[in-house]
Amino acid sequence: MNTFSSSASTAFSLITSLDPTLAGIVLRSLAVSACACAIACSSGLLLGAWLGVSRFRGRGAVLAVLNTALALPSVVVGLVVYLLLSRTGPLGFLGWLFSFKAMVLAQAVLVLPVVTALVRQTIEDADRSHGEQFQSLGARRFMRSLILLWDERYALLTVLIAAFGRAISEVGAVMVVGGNIDGFTRVMTTSIALETSKGDLPLALALGILLLGVVLLLNMLIALVRRWREQLDDRLPDVAPVPASVLAAQSAQGVQGAQP
Amino acid sequence: MKPLFNLHAVGVQFGKFRALTACTLRVEAGERLALVGSNGSGKSTLLRTLHGLVRPQSGGFWHDAQARQAMLFQRPYMLRASVLNNVALGLWLNGLPWKQARDQALQALGRVGLADLAGRNAKALSGGQQQRVALARAWALRPQVLLLDEPTASLDPTAKREVERLMAEFADGGMTLIFSSHNLGQVKRLASRVIYLEHGRLVADLPTPDFFNGPLPAAAEHFLKGELA
Repeated sequence: MNTFSSSASTAFSLITSLDPTLAGIVLRSLAVSACACAIACSSGLLLGAWLGVSRFRGRGAVLAVLNTALALPSVVVGLVVYLLLSRTGPLGFLGWLFSFKAMVLAQAVLVLPVVTALVRQTIEDADRSHGEQFQSLGARRFMRSLILLWDERYALLTVLIAAFGRAISEVGAVMVVGGNIDGFTRVMTTSIALETSKGDLPLALALGILLLGVVLLLNMLIALVRRWREQLDDRLPDVAPVPASVLAAQSAQGVQGAQP
Repeated sequence: MKPLFNLHAVGVQFGKFRALTACTLRVEAGERLALVGSNGSGKSTLLRTLHGLVRPQSGGFWHDAQARQAMLFQRPYMLRASVLNNVALGLWLNGLPWKQARDQALQALGRVGLADLAGRNAKALSGGQQQRVALARAWALRPQVLLLDEPTASLDPTAKREVERLMAEFADGGMTLIFSSHNLGQVKRLASRVIYLEHGRLVADLPTPDFFNGPLPAAAEHFLKGELA
């Protein structure tokens, strides 16, 4: 209990003292995970939406692989990205190993299956429920996936939160490809691991509390944005302006002439 | 005269379930065709087949590719967007530039008496209003054939009357109507021809007066008595 209370007070004092090293670590964590999520989401949203509406031979196998990738251990991802980026690896020429970019790449690889799988499920459910109606309006498969993606945008915010949560909380991949270099590739999770190994448990726990706080803050922010947007969408103006030409056309049409 | 649809012994199967069996049917332009039958009789499948949403596994299916079609579903889906944009979407998907699509959508909304709700969130409308928005969305496409799957089911009597009135007006304007319904009063009022389906089979195909007054196959007779009782 003492450890927890001293951790809480350490966390509080770390925040209130605005320690520049800590601020750097927090900002770096946020930047790495945000970049990784942006990359993973830009492709994962489209890929997931397409998988949600498409039907092709071998789709079941693709989905099985995708769902398996949800359980990818982050150290394995770190190892694979390490091998790709190492000097003798196929991407070694980039010189990204032990850099910010390497951490972004590793987290993006880790998060991509999460985004793709969750989006796929959401869009597939929506397509089963009412995709036929858009098909009836003339939307082909890919267009249907885009329409459904847009229509499910609020539900998909939860996917973004899940993806960001997965990215910011992982330690294995960034540790392997980033190297936990002080002031350069050290992020919150690798700091926690380091402080724990040094035996400074209160500081490690304080960083953990801080990490949770950051994620909580982001969740609240997204929830607020979501509520604000929903309220904006649901706002019901009493009367929308109707051009006089339209009203004139209506009265000219009368009850007859339904078929143009 | 060239028919709009010509089906010969069409069969549709979903897995092991036979939704339609040996359906033979010819639909001419300007007809008001009602599909009746109990739940699971194949009405919706027949409508979806005619609309091209379901591909028959057997038999011959021919339709006039020049004749534009639109379909109205029992529970029309509204996008999380304004009423106007919901209607404009169909037009845009059919190749109209977005601005022009919105202009025409407004006209279509005027046609169903909902122009004043153009700026509202479509999801927030009542069931009857949503059905009228869906009618506007279908009408905006200038279809020659309008297929309607139980368009007034789950609507209150006022909304039902309003949708029926619009259907009658569209048909009076020359549009071919093909609709499924459990409401025999509605069938009597709107249809010129009635098809009775049972277990995916087309059991009776008669002009409306003959369907309600004339001798019917036993199954259809039984259904009619049950529905009218």
